[in-house]
Amino acid sequence: MYTQSLSIPDAEAKGPRKVENPEYLAEFNAKIDAGGFIEAKDWMPEAYRKTLIRQISQHAHSEIVGMLPEGNWITRAPSLKRKAILLAKVQDEGGHGLYLYAAAETLGVSRDELTEALLSGKAKYSSIFNYPTLNWADIGVIGWLVDGAAIMNQIPLCKCSYGPYARAMVRVCKEESFHQRQGYDLLLQMMKGTAEQREMVQDAVNRWWWPSIMMFGPHDKDSVHTDSARWGIKRISNDDLRQKFVDATVKQAEVLGVSLPDPALKWNEARGHFDFGAIDWDEFWNVVGGHGQCNVDRLAARNKAWDEGAWVREAAIAHAEKTAEREKQAA
Amino acid sequence: MTQTTTQTVSAPAEHIEYVMRLGDNALILGQRLSEWCGHAPVIEEDLALANMALDLVGQARLLLTHAGKLEGKGRDEDQLAFLRVERDYRNITMMEVPNEDFGRTTVRNVLYSAFQILLWQRLATSSDTELAAIAAKSLKEARYHFNHSAEWVIRLGDGTEVSHAKTQAALDYLWPYTAELFAANPTDEAVSAAGIGPAWGELEADWEAMLLPVFAQATLVVPARTPFKTFGKFGRHSEHMGHLLATMQYMQRTYPGAQW
Repeated sequence: MYTQSLSIPDAEAKGPRKVENPEYLAEFNAKIDAGGFIEAKDWMPEAYRKTLIRQISQHAHSEIVGMLPEGNWITRAPSLKRKAILLAKVQDEGGHGLYLYAAAETLGVSRDELTEALLSGKAKYSSIFNYPTLNWADIGVIGWLVDGAAIMNQIPLCKCSYGPYARAMVRVCKEESFHQRQGYDLLLQMMKGTAEQREMVQDAVNRWWWPSIMMFGPHDKDSVHTDSARWGIKRISNDDLRQKFVDATVKQAEVLGVSLPDPALKWNEARGHFDFGAIDWDEFWNVVGGHGQCNVDRLAARNKAWDEGAWVREAAIAHAEKTAEREKQAA
Repeated sequence: MTQTTTQTVSAPAEHIEYVMRLGDNALILGQRLSEWCGHAPVIEEDLALANMALDLVGQARLLLTHAGKLEGKGRDEDQLAFLRVERDYRNITMMEVPNEDFGRTTVRNVLYSAFQILLWQRLATSSDTELAAIAAKSLKEARYHFNHSAEWVIRLGDGTEVSHAKTQAALDYLWPYTAELFAANPTDEAVSAAGIGPAWGELEADWEAMLLPVFAQATLVVPARTPFKTFGKFGRHSEHMGHLLATMQYMQRTYPGAQW
């Protein structure tokens, strides 16, 4: 999964290395221009650090919240093989969240601070997860379209200028690529099945197509990513990535035998790309603004897990302290 | 040319029952653990619980496939997992009781994984070579489940007053259910006599020996045995089982015959 290509200010981040120094800045810029990586201990402009914390943590939050819509179907998976695959996939998403939080921590924030920002609603996560998973085919469509869009977004991040993020993305992309294939495989199997199964797939595609397209964020002309591009964090524009996704996906939909819910979708010979219809940005901003069907429920589920788990985390800390004390006394 | 006919000769009923019971234990506990995915106290436990669920679902697939072959009626893993009536599931009742909280989930995991280690060790030399191979694979998984759960039971029991109380309550609740593991029954006797596997009652002393040091370190008190009895092994389940099956069987029951 992936945070949408959208920069939304989070809470103020704390951390070291705030001294702005023209000499350091020149070195930093030279390294970026030469295509090099910035590492955790390197000097970096405060704005670069904040942008990365925001982006990486939103990405991590998205992985964690993203476990919920798919987790919704683990207990109802229709076969043991599919149950095992879905469990493994959702577990992967949790793993992505974990090492993305770790990547964010290299920038001087703690996982607890980031978690607090998510739970309080200050931090954003990808809006795609505020849509409900209503039938089993949604699991396949999330793999095919949502993970597919995520991969389009993430592959350029494997070469982003911040080393720990870039390296995390290499692993994430490998796993997401597997997720996308399993999603498509799930759908292929359903399309070979009964009329009811094919209807489920079409229903899921109809509901997820536009939200997937929206995952690439606002049009370039409305986007606020100028710094990210200059810093080598964002290397390909929202619209270019979206076009690439549409071009790749139309053919996959044909093979699958489903229609995509956009009457304006057609090949444009002159452009060498598919044209597609206007995106409903009102819906996009409504969901970003907290008014999607599942915004409240997703955050409530995360808060419930966190609150109900408090005694467990406290016990682990208390036991560690007691153990340390006992070892000290025994020494 | 010899024509192989579909095997219609079943293994002895007790042999099938014994393997089915193992498959159902893995299936139902796997189902319960999978409910945690995305809702655990920390992300690390989301991963660990999902991983254990995944191991158990994997074991269930192998064991139910094997049971289906022994049975010789052409039922595959999914037909056995999703299309039996409640009375035909052979898991012990402890597997199906709700997760309740992380304490009960963890105590159940330690109770069952300790048993699994002992059982898989014995089954690794079973005269049923397929079962022996499954046992060898599953033993490694059970060891991880036990180590992970035992560490948590110690943390929770020793941690805070609240965690101690919750974990003790979990042990008090679950302990009576463990009697079912070891209760003598004709299936176990027949299987033991045939060299397929141990009567589960043979494992009780070693099982306690594995667990008592964990509970002692966790400062938990092991309850005395009571007359409480459960009969999930014989298909008489708790009120919780029907709800679990309603969820788990939903797709197969709603779309009969569909392939997924």
